[in-house]
Amino acid sequence: MTTTLEPRDAVTRRGIMRAGAALGIGTLAAPYVIGQARAADIVKIGFVDPFTGPYAAYAHNEQLGANMAVDALNAKNGILGRKIEMIVEDTQANVGVGVEKTNKLLDRDNCDFIVGTVSSNVSQAVAQVCAQKKKLCMITGGHVDDITGTHCSWNVFRVCNTTYTVALATAATLVKKFGKRWYFVVADYSFGHALHDNMLAALKSLGGEEVGVSLKPLGTTDYSSELIKAKAANPQVVGCLVGGDDELNLLKQANQFGLSKQIPFVVPLSELETIAALPPAAQAGFWNLEWYWDQPDVPHVADFVKEAQKREPNKVPTARTMFGYVGIHALALAAEKAKTLDNLKVGDALSGLELPPEVALQPGKHYFDPATHQYVGGDFTGEIKAGATYPKLMSDVTYQYATALQAPGVVCKMTTA
Amino acid sequence: MVLLFNVSNGLIVGLFYGLMALGLALILMLNNVVNFAHGGFMTLGAYIAYTIEQRFGFWAGLVVGPFAVGGLGLLGERWLIRPMYKRPGHLYTLLLTFGFALILEDVSRSIWGAQGVPFAIPDLLNSPLSDTYFFITGYNVFVVFITGIAAGALFALLRFTNIGIRIRAGMTDLETVSALGVNIYGLRALNFGVGLFLAGLAGVLAAGRLGLDPTMGQSLVLPAFVAIIVGGLGSLPGAILGGLLIGVAAGITSTYWAAASDAVIYVIMGIVLIVMPRGLLGEEGIGE
Amino acid sequence: MSGPVARTAILREPAPSAITAGIALFNRHRVSVVIWLLLLTAPVWLPLVGSYIQLGSQVLVFALTAMALNILVGYTGYISFGEAAYFGLGAYGTGLFLKFVAPMTLPAVLAGVALGGAAACLIGPLIMRRRGVYFAMTTIAFSQLFYFIAEHWNELTGGEDGLAGFQRHAIDFGIATLPLHDADFYYFVLFFFALTAGIIAMLLRSPLGHTWLSIRENARRARYLGLRTDWYVWAAFAIAGTLAALGGSMEALLNNFTSPQDLYFIVSGNFVIMVVLGGMGTFWGPLVGAAIFITAQDYLSSMTLNWESFVGVLFVVVVLAFPRGILGLRRNGRNGTKRGQSGRDQRVRA
Repeated sequence: MTTTLEPRDAVTRRGIMRAGAALGIGTLAAPYVIGQARAADIVKIGFVDPFTGPYAAYAHNEQLGANMAVDALNAKNGILGRKIEMIVEDTQANVGVGVEKTNKLLDRDNCDFIVGTVSSNVSQAVAQVCAQKKKLCMITGGHVDDITGTHCSWNVFRVCNTTYTVALATAATLVKKFGKRWYFVVADYSFGHALHDNMLAALKSLGGEEVGVSLKPLGTTDYSSELIKAKAANPQVVGCLVGGDDELNLLKQANQFGLSKQIPFVVPLSELETIAALPPAAQAGFWNLEWYWDQPDVPHVADFVKEAQKREPNKVPTARTMFGYVGIHALALAAEKAKTLDNLKVGDALSGLELPPEVALQPGKHYFDPATHQYVGGDFTGEIKAGATYPKLMSDVTYQYATALQAPGVVCKMTTA
Repeated sequence: MVLLFNVSNGLIVGLFYGLMALGLALILMLNNVVNFAHGGFMTLGAYIAYTIEQRFGFWAGLVVGPFAVGGLGLLGERWLIRPMYKRPGHLYTLLLTFGFALILEDVSRSIWGAQGVPFAIPDLLNSPLSDTYFFITGYNVFVVFITGIAAGALFALLRFTNIGIRIRAGMTDLETVSALGVNIYGLRALNFGVGLFLAGLAGVLAAGRLGLDPTMGQSLVLPAFVAIIVGGLGSLPGAILGGLLIGVAAGITSTYWAAASDAVIYVIMGIVLIVMPRGLLGEEGIGE
Repeated sequence: MSGPVARTAILREPAPSAITAGIALFNRHRVSVVIWLLLLTAPVWLPLVGSYIQLGSQVLVFALTAMALNILVGYTGYISFGEAAYFGLGAYGTGLFLKFVAPMTLPAVLAGVALGGAAACLIGPLIMRRRGVYFAMTTIAFSQLFYFIAEHWNELTGGEDGLAGFQRHAIDFGIATLPLHDADFYYFVLFFFALTAGIIAMLLRSPLGHTWLSIRENARRARYLGLRTDWYVWAAFAIAGTLAALGGSMEALLNNFTSPQDLYFIVSGNFVIMVVLGGMGTFWGPLVGAAIFITAQDYLSSMTLNWESFVGVLFVVVVLAFPRGILGLRRNGRNGTKRGQSGRDQRVRA
């Protein structure tokens, strides 16, 4: 300890520090001040999504859809004649950050509504924060059942399907196609748990059995020990109940171990973003999506795809784009119907609200179930044949309208504000 | 059978930890820097290899990635770490490299995107060698092979070349080495570069097996710390040994109690610190 | 070595007289008085400058923890990169108590402090003999142990979903009830912040505090004097951990939520940079550092997805340009002309 810091000129540094501090305080205060001045004549929508982390690709498309809806509304009359401003925050697919950002959007920015989320656990946490602060919250993409099931609440609405609906749409087909002995690799958080419960129940009701299960945290990069266990359990099917980059890593390693040639690896709930990122060899097979861009017989879908491609050429919109689009439009429609931004009244208007076909973008009648606040969507199941290229991947797509939203016996006691 | 697979799988994972720990320990011992950014440089090496791979194929990427990161290490040492040597204590290099870890992760994300990218490996390596022992894939054998060469070359360098002898001498007593007329600035820069070269190599090898995304390094750098502590402070073979040990321990644990396999390496570290506070191969008086 | 320093210290002392002593007393406490006034009136002036009360509470929570960490980093000279572990354990202790034991806020705070404090006391003996970088490495590694326990013990902690389903409850004092809404929760946190500041100020004046300083100045000499420095380091670690747990407990109450993120090592790094940014070994430095860091993060993370780079650049800028921190600079400026004689003082501050 014989060295010392070199002495520097104190006056200059103090000067710099003062100037820096003044600048810092100025810049830090400015956005708040400006934000307050403009608050009266705009509708603020807080948008929380995981723009970094394993679900980044999904978040990107949800924001794309939300932006399309906001721009379309602002080009006409906004909401109740007011322009919409979307304030976007990154949750990093992390519950703690999600809670923090939602608090910020409500406390600092005084947002009128909260929209967004991809991972189920963040959805649950965001819904809880909104309930505590009595704000409407439109969950676009967290599938766990209890958000509109046992924990349903006056202020929470959800666009994407429940895991129960997904399991119902896929289990029978998968068992018939591949077999009854299943091994599950499950994302170790609320989404994985819920989908696993529902898949397992469906499997058992079809006479199938589970030969083993592995739980892995979100963001896992190494699935080798799970694959070893899966192989040792000797299943007929490996059900992959993971999403995003985790799904990519799992399928990539299964391919490297040569396992996917011996055992089919199926993903009951998949997304086009992930499929598109897989190597062609891993794309072939049976897939289930919540929305598909290629619906030649359904009006307005082609326009929607064209509009999305204006913003992002060479790509097609996905289920996530639709979730963001529907979420914003539904709030706008409800606010117009209620003729107010008062969250209680908008909530009442949303409950049971049927969306017009240019918003719903899929066949059938689509509305927010008044009993649970769950949007009634659907599933697009189909096959990707060898040689198919993006974006025209799936063939023989069948559409299943979501008839059952929650498992029998699940009771939603709607809370009131 | 499952246990056997998990042990050998743990060995591979342990090799990655060991390779990371080796570079970290090298930098720690001569440059006196805990390089928090090691994981960031590892990821960067993998991404550079990925970019090269798109054009020139896997083998070019495998060579260019580590060297690019090693070169960045030389520059970074010169402009950022070297001014810190005259500061007392270790705090500033810790903070500096911590800051760099954050910047590198974010830069990787900005350039290559937040979603993972597919880092392809040659078909030759991309299949198991046997159906029963499906776990022994060509790529795993390749990883063992390359890691062995890298570690062997490093130890040969340290043992038989003039530079290596000076590096080892510098780890023991830098002042005397300097007094003997050795350019210790050059020596330390070179050493830093070599350490990061190993990080880059680990990155490229890991990317072929795991998913390549911006946070890949973050999950490997802390086990590498543990490998150093368990293997013994001040010992390069200890770093590799420590890495293998915790890798295997995690593998065994995942057979019986998968949920504990992440935590078990830290428990092992606790036990080692109680039973042999200097670590397995640690030298007396270092870090105490 | 100590001779000349002692002499200049005497020369610096002003001539004793009642008036100058009074002025000196005010001057000496001027900063503290201003800071307490600012803190006490924050709910009034925060909205006026366009900020919000919850951000004030957030700053206090992190400042409290950073002050605790300053005991280790600033006063004892040991760099802990694992403080988030005890912060997070404090949060879990409080959350678990509220959720599973009883919906009572104050006992829940105690539970959090007890959990985090106990962990710090137990880990302390394993790391107290490590020095320098090895101390930092070992603390960060142990913090990951708690992180993984929180992440994987789904039944108890909720795992990756975090611990939800609890909230802070109004405190009934018999004669009055404290509802713990936004503004009065701020004062609730401020009370614990003041408590922490008081405890730390008291400790620094005690023999224990003087021993910490002597370890920071020259640990070897302290050992040769017969001090069992290990156990003094242990005491610093345990106390810092316990107070950090208090900070974590406040964090859990602030958000009505906690998750493994609160234990993550990046959070530990943030605490260290708050201390260094404000000024290591200065009493109010951690508060200043926390205020700047939290406000900047609040602002930047809304403006850009690349906020992580900005935080990283902040680390680099602090190291390169403000190694003594902001309050360290102030001290520097005041003693500017005497730097020649007080070189030693400079060095230990650095």
